[in-house]
Amino acid sequence: MAKSVTQDAPAREHSTTSRHSTYGATARPRGGFELFSWYFFRISGVIMIFLVIIHLVVMHLTNDVSKTVYDFVANRYANPFWRVFDLLLLTLALLHGLNGLRIAIDDYIRPRGWRLLAHSAVWTFALTFWLMGMMTIITFHPGTAGITNLFGLLK
Amino acid sequence: MYRGQSGMFSWLFHRISGLGILLFLLLHIVDITLLGFGPTVYNDSIAIFSTWYIRIASLFLIAAVLYHAYNGVRIILVDFWPKGGVKYQRAMFYTVLVVTVASWVPFAVFIVAPIFGGCLQSGGCQ
Repeated sequence: MAKSVTQDAPAREHSTTSRHSTYGATARPRGGFELFSWYFFRISGVIMIFLVIIHLVVMHLTNDVSKTVYDFVANRYANPFWRVFDLLLLTLALLHGLNGLRIAIDDYIRPRGWRLLAHSAVWTFALTFWLMGMMTIITFHPGTAGITNLFGLLK
Repeated sequence: MYRGQSGMFSWLFHRISGLGILLFLLLHIVDITLLGFGPTVYNDSIAIFSTWYIRIASLFLIAAVLYHAYNGVRIILVDFWPKGGVKYQRAMFYTVLVVTVASWVPFAVFIVAPIFGGCLQSGGCQ
């Protein structure tokens, strides 16, 4: 627990109390980043219903996971449509998921310092994992060494 | 009114499924990054996804994804249609559970079949 009330970050507009009366939904924030975040969850969520279900059907119903090997990716990524598809899914899923983690952090971590640290970790993760995913989606080319090339440069 | 009732469970499942999916997403980005190390490294690494235990684990992941998606729709309905949303929220929660199970079953059957030597995918199994 924090030492004093004044050091604690304020509870959010959409935090637990307002959630109770709306059955899992959260009251729409009045403005600023929280309003943007509120809309982003809903818009990215609706888009991802389609993207994720298509992703699951392709990876589990039309092809078995055991078939989704390097050559499978090579064939798939020969078509730029799937690169754009994965790029969109990666970006929306990461931001939707990590923004969700940020909301959870605000529910459980009150002291300002710890909350700042946790928020910093969230956005560091977002940038790091987004760059990792983007690097693969954009630069993957069968027959080239990819990342191992990078290590070649460092030698 | 709230504690121990459907409103709490829908919220709790939504949070747990969301954080679980996020954990897998981060892991999934790491395994996809292995593509950059060439076919041998990549194929050897992702072979784990074809084992019986990861197939069983992925059933939980798919259940979480489907629940989170449908419950998200329910949340949006409550947001933009407050009157009916509150009135029918319990019915909608049970609908979410039923649709989750109904759409999960085909995924479960297709994913588990190869453990027992079967294969239902048109693309075949290894």
